[in-house]
Amino acid sequence: MLDASQDGYTTADGRRIGGVVMEMRNITLRFGGVVAIKDISFDIREGEIRAIIGPNGAGKSSMLNVISGFYNPQEGEVIYRGQKRPPMKPYQVARQGIARTFQNIALFEGMTVLDNVMTGRLNHMSASIFDQAFWWGKAQREEVENRKKAEEIIDFLEIQHIRKTPVGRLPYGLKKRVELARALVSEPSILLLDEPMAGMNVEEKEDMSRFVLDVNDEYGTTIVLIEHDMGVVMDLSDRVVVMDYGKKIGDGTPDEVRRNQEVIDAYLGVAHD
Amino acid sequence: MAQKDAPQGVPQSVPALLARNVAQFGSKPAYREKELGIWQNWSWAEAAEEIDAMAHGLLALGANRGDYVAVIGRNRPALYWSMVAAMKVGAIPVPLYQDSVAEEMAYVLEHCGARFVVCGDQEQVDKVIEAQETLHHIEHILYLDARGLRKYDHSRLHALKDVQAEGRAARERFAAELKAREAELDFDSTCVMLYTSGTTGKPKGVVLSNRNIILTSKASSEFDRLDPHDEVLAYLPMAWVGDFIFSIGQAYWTGFCVNCPESADTMMTDLREIGPTYFFAPPRVFENLLTSVMIRMEDAGAIKRRLFHHFLAHAKVVGPKLLDGKPVGALDKLKYQLGNLMVIGPLKNALGMSRVRVGYTAGEAIGPEIFDFYRALGINLKQLYGQTEASVFITQQPDHEVRPDTVGVPSPGVELRIADNGEVYYRSPGVFVEYYKNPESTASTKDAEGWVATGDAGFIEPDTGHLRIIDRAKDVGKMADGSLFAPKYVENKLKFFPNILEAVVFGNGRDYCTAFINIDLTAVGNWAERNNIAYASYQELAGHPKVLETIQSHVEEVNRSVAADPMLSGCQVHRFLVLHKELDADDGELTRTRKVRRRIIEEKFADLIDALYSGKARQYTETEVTYEDGRKGKISATLEIRDAATMAERAPAKVAAE
Repeated sequence: MLDASQDGYTTADGRRIGGVVMEMRNITLRFGGVVAIKDISFDIREGEIRAIIGPNGAGKSSMLNVISGFYNPQEGEVIYRGQKRPPMKPYQVARQGIARTFQNIALFEGMTVLDNVMTGRLNHMSASIFDQAFWWGKAQREEVENRKKAEEIIDFLEIQHIRKTPVGRLPYGLKKRVELARALVSEPSILLLDEPMAGMNVEEKEDMSRFVLDVNDEYGTTIVLIEHDMGVVMDLSDRVVVMDYGKKIGDGTPDEVRRNQEVIDAYLGVAHD
Repeated sequence: MAQKDAPQGVPQSVPALLARNVAQFGSKPAYREKELGIWQNWSWAEAAEEIDAMAHGLLALGANRGDYVAVIGRNRPALYWSMVAAMKVGAIPVPLYQDSVAEEMAYVLEHCGARFVVCGDQEQVDKVIEAQETLHHIEHILYLDARGLRKYDHSRLHALKDVQAEGRAARERFAAELKAREAELDFDSTCVMLYTSGTTGKPKGVVLSNRNIILTSKASSEFDRLDPHDEVLAYLPMAWVGDFIFSIGQAYWTGFCVNCPESADTMMTDLREIGPTYFFAPPRVFENLLTSVMIRMEDAGAIKRRLFHHFLAHAKVVGPKLLDGKPVGALDKLKYQLGNLMVIGPLKNALGMSRVRVGYTAGEAIGPEIFDFYRALGINLKQLYGQTEASVFITQQPDHEVRPDTVGVPSPGVELRIADNGEVYYRSPGVFVEYYKNPESTASTKDAEGWVATGDAGFIEPDTGHLRIIDRAKDVGKMADGSLFAPKYVENKLKFFPNILEAVVFGNGRDYCTAFINIDLTAVGNWAERNNIAYASYQELAGHPKVLETIQSHVEEVNRSVAADPMLSGCQVHRFLVLHKELDADDGELTRTRKVRRRIIEEKFADLIDALYSGKARQYTETEVTYEDGRKGKISATLEIRDAATMAERAPAKVAAE
């Protein structure tokens, strides 16, 4: 555990990181006999970029799925904003302000970019089915409000030129960006990114890195990301959790993690006894 | 403030024009910008208020008379306003090319000694901050888009919004001062300083006065009968004189509306939504549009494709005649109208050109078939010839006298003269004041009587009075046997083929001409896809034997056409090669406006030129390239050199391309 005080700390580039917003306490996740996550604890602070890294099969995505409520761990607890979180459905977690993107893009291919982004506003709609059907009263007001928010995000991520293009026609890098837009439009306080740069070329990675930093900077969003590209992780993140075979083998700033012998061994492939 | 040559009642400065427009057109739209998916609208009165607030804000920041205010960014209303606000406080706006790399930008910033820099976004701010490591005269950086700039040190960095807010708060304090400074502006005060793109050497700062801008705008607006209901789309670089004349000069003179696209990538959609009535584009834009239309038609169904080609062929015969007001048979007219209903109209709409009343192209020669294509659609596309030093207009084509091979008659108020060596000289109210801090260049370009050398060689057609440009005067040379060498004349003919993006012809003082060719990756790539030719890179495609064969056939066609002109028949291309890399402004081979820098190319590829003249069949070469982020790398290739068939002089020639 870092020695940072409960009130948070200030990063080298002058960003203020707040107190702990989410804490994972002794999480263990099993699928039958397979232990995917074994007794892992770490915390996430308000406004920080927190990376989870590790070799293939280390349990990173499972960890993200625990945070997003998709998996409920058999042991341990998730403390969110000072309170123990009971087992929840993903949509309930989403309502608490946690949004995510997926490793394999999960967009509606036949719908336009704008419509895909608008679906991210679902949690902000409360008009009745009748109002919706006749586009009347509350439904109309909500839609205008939601479109405005969607357009802000479209502008922010510079995807205006594909606003009306069906997602299926877009190249991979742009699809990833649309997915980020859909997650952002729900105005999350925590954003979970599952390998946001996988399969991208250098230029697309640079763009995406810039957007991740901008999101964090502009909206103060806490970001938890899983990523394989070590250069990207070390440049972007404030603190890094390293996992290997379901266990936590390192936790700290990128520099600390880089010097950690266990981490070096895991990445260089030292034999496990 | 009476001026000896100022026409009666003409406002003496751009801010004065703004005041007139507020009084005359107050609530009519002056600016539109698509933001958050919606076209936002500012009337003349609203725009004037924004400009006023900016001007007060600049005064609050301590702007002095004669300060230089650099403006860097894509076309956005607020950046146009910042230029007018700068004029109001007696400062001089200097728009810069937003895509120039940090060192180019640093040169210009240093040369003009800007105290203020207005940036569009973080990218530009970063470049200016980088330049500040060596430059110490930049006192304040203002920015428009705050994204990514939150955590920057804001002691000398300000959001334009905040500057305006401060200006509004300080209105009482500075109103009298601002009024006094505005009143000082007259026809002789500097309106704007624009840097030439610099085909040769370092960019030069062209100082243009209010007289230059206002009289030129007045004359050219009247020439094409522009009116307050016209609409333009402002999408060309703000640092280019054309954009300044169209989006500020003519817009303020006639009071028409300037529309700014949402982003560079949405230009085509925005064009369709706005439907401009007055449209300018360099030949390249028209070329790319035509290429994309043709490629998409190839993918259309058989019936649609046949309809398209049938009616287009008919329109090519009838359309230009209708535009020129020549007689057309009733049946032909009917068929044109049917075509208009089924093909031409929808196509124009898709291109965003349904409402274009006056369209201009300039900067480079435009291919005759490209020109004819747009005229066939009934778009009144014309050519003009101009320069930064002339406040754009030297010659332009009047309605009904439009031809692809001339650049038109002298614009109103312009006098033309052809020197003995063929160089074109002009004199007009638009002639620039001077090159900033460069009296030698000023003196060598503009003589005591106000005649300016264009640097282009050309002649005036005796029967029509139209000017024809052959080439850059300094590029026109002699072959070893004394015959005329005009490289651009041949290059343009080559470039008219969609497969050829760029060509550079050599031959000055030599026995015969040779050429470097760049293929057009879009067109050739599409062809390769259709013919199942796999390629991994530009280099691989450029070296493909089938591509070389196609290019060879193009070169030979050009030779046939060049041979038809006895004066220039020596310019036929005997040997050529297809370059292994695209000529690029980042490598210094082209200017930012994509003109070929001949000297630099000659030095850089000296080994290849030697090979062209030594009769070798292939040549190995290594070239340094600069990537977009400024890193440098090397590419190497072995290039095949081909011989092209040439024609004897005065061969009877019929060329498909013309």
